Amino acid sequence: MDIGSLLTSLVDGLLIGVVYGIAAMGLNLIWGVMRVINLAHGAVISLGMFGVYLLFSSLGLNPYLSLALVAILGLLMGVIIYIISIARVINAPYLSTLLATFAVNMIIIGLGTAVFTTTPRDTGFSLGSIRLGPLSLLGTRLVAALVTLLVTGALYAFLYRTRVGKYIRAVSNNRGAAELMGIPSSRILALSFGIGTMLAAIAGGLIATFFSFTILSGDIYQQKSFIIGVLGGLGNPLGALVGGLILGVLEGILPLVMHNTWVPVIEFLLFILILLIKPSGLLGGRQ
Amino acid sequence: MKQWLHPGFWLVLILVMGLGLWPVFSRDAATREVGFTILLAITMAVSLNIIMGYTGYVSFGHVVFYGLGGYVGMYLIDALKAPLPLAVLGGGIGSALLAFLLGKAILRLRGAYFALATIGVNEAVRTFIANFKPFGGPTGIELQFSVYKPYGGPAQALWLTYYAVVGISVFAVIFSYYIKSSKFGLGLMSIREDEDAAEVLGVVTPNVKTMALVFSAFLPGMLGVLFFFKNGNVEPGDAFRLGFSIESLVMIMLGGQGTLLGPMIGALGYQRLRGTLLTSNAMIGTLPLKDFQLVIAGLLMLLIILFIPGGLVGWLRQRFPRLRRILI
Repeated sequence: MDIGSLLTSLVDGLLIGVVYGIAAMGLNLIWGVMRVINLAHGAVISLGMFGVYLLFSSLGLNPYLSLALVAILGLLMGVIIYIISIARVINAPYLSTLLATFAVNMIIIGLGTAVFTTTPRDTGFSLGSIRLGPLSLLGTRLVAALVTLLVTGALYAFLYRTRVGKYIRAVSNNRGAAELMGIPSSRILALSFGIGTMLAAIAGGLIATFFSFTILSGDIYQQKSFIIGVLGGLGNPLGALVGGLILGVLEGILPLVMHNTWVPVIEFLLFILILLIKPSGLLGGRQ
Repeated sequence: MKQWLHPGFWLVLILVMGLGLWPVFSRDAATREVGFTILLAITMAVSLNIIMGYTGYVSFGHVVFYGLGGYVGMYLIDALKAPLPLAVLGGGIGSALLAFLLGKAILRLRGAYFALATIGVNEAVRTFIANFKPFGGPTGIELQFSVYKPYGGPAQALWLTYYAVVGISVFAVIFSYYIKSSKFGLGLMSIREDEDAAEVLGVVTPNVKTMALVFSAFLPGMLGVLFFFKNGNVEPGDAFRLGFSIESLVMIMLGGQGTLLGPMIGALGYQRLRGTLLTSNAMIGTLPLKDFQLVIAGLLMLLIILFIPGGLVGWLRQRFPRLRRILI
């Protein structure tokens, strides 16, 4: 195996890993703030894919411009999902929120399958590829990784530099105490859920620029988000980015040493092992 | 022995037996197929209820026991030429063994972590089986036609598997009731209400939880063998379909978790609804109604979770206190 292809797989893995990371970040944010495992995450990722695809292929809108629109729609959608399906059961046993979000997933996927069918789609968008010495990288993946880093930076600035961000952190620390300090916790929860699903929609939109997909693809990325979330520590948004990088590298390197179909086996075994040994994640603190 | 005289138990038993025997008397292949699907669903729901309803551990991976059992049984039939009863037992034992090995490990996780781990287990097993050569890898195992000969040909074999499913579903109801009314079941329910308190009161929670998982895994393991034997082939995508797990969850929620009647009524209701939708010719706009089966199931589930979390049986018990003596 020559060093060029090894390096290309590695960097490719890193670039894709960052994009996985942003989907997982949404999942982590939601879990961190309200202790809800959002099983509708994959469905929103699928919608993000279709959003960019439809805007690009039918209206001819630039995919990255479409992405901004998809992000706003994702935010709105998250708030609506929260108000309809989660607000009522946010204090019920965790089973209720798990099943409520799963019900939303079924509704979205069911509608999506009825409308879009499950034929594979491809945006057919390309930015060419860039050669750097022995490296050959796809432009779309490079841009996707850049967009992800930009969004992550913006999220951090929002969480740590604005008043609303401070509210979100306060609610995630202790909802009761935050309410006593006059923070409108139900609105903050809705907003946090919205931001979480917005990140899922962005991830979906970015993935659509370089992979083909169906309405059911979101599920695969949702499972990857779980693995990443557990790798980086559930509830820790920055951990998600690191977890995404780890998963990306694994996906880049493992196919070189074993058959492609064994990669998910390793990933899920890793997932279960980490859950068992250190459920707070590799980077997480003590529970 | 007094427990066996409870009218609630007999109500469920007679319902399931009536459902099971109806196609036997009508000798009609179409009703038999409907009966097969419904009894399969009932047994899946009743068995999942042991770990989810009684013990309070929500498993999204119940189908892993169904799929693995199916694979073990099909392997026994195909490669080792085992007779069907032995294969069915083998499938059940295989799944119970997996549950036993998993139990001590993943049942340490509580709440949502456990639920996540069960998804992981199902996916890990599915992707592993898809790579596992003795089980046929991604294409799975296909039975030769001659396999059905000792059972009097394929047509007769279908009836045979149906009788077996009737037997297993009746056994499932009796077994589930036995657990519910035993001291062991009391231990499970105390874990559901407050695991730490249960431990303090002397329930050896790790062992009890593991046994609950083993019991709930044994039944789907046997079912899997029967289903895939009838089907003639098994492949990873069919055997470990996460959606099937979720459907079982929906059925339990529909009927009422933790009750004996609930999962049975929920499974019956869900399957009838599904059947009606799938064969319906109605249209929504330009799309056929049957395409919206998943949407309707999702809406139904959401409404139940938001407004009647106790399910049908829970709601009836709350609304009509007199029914509490009969609906258990």
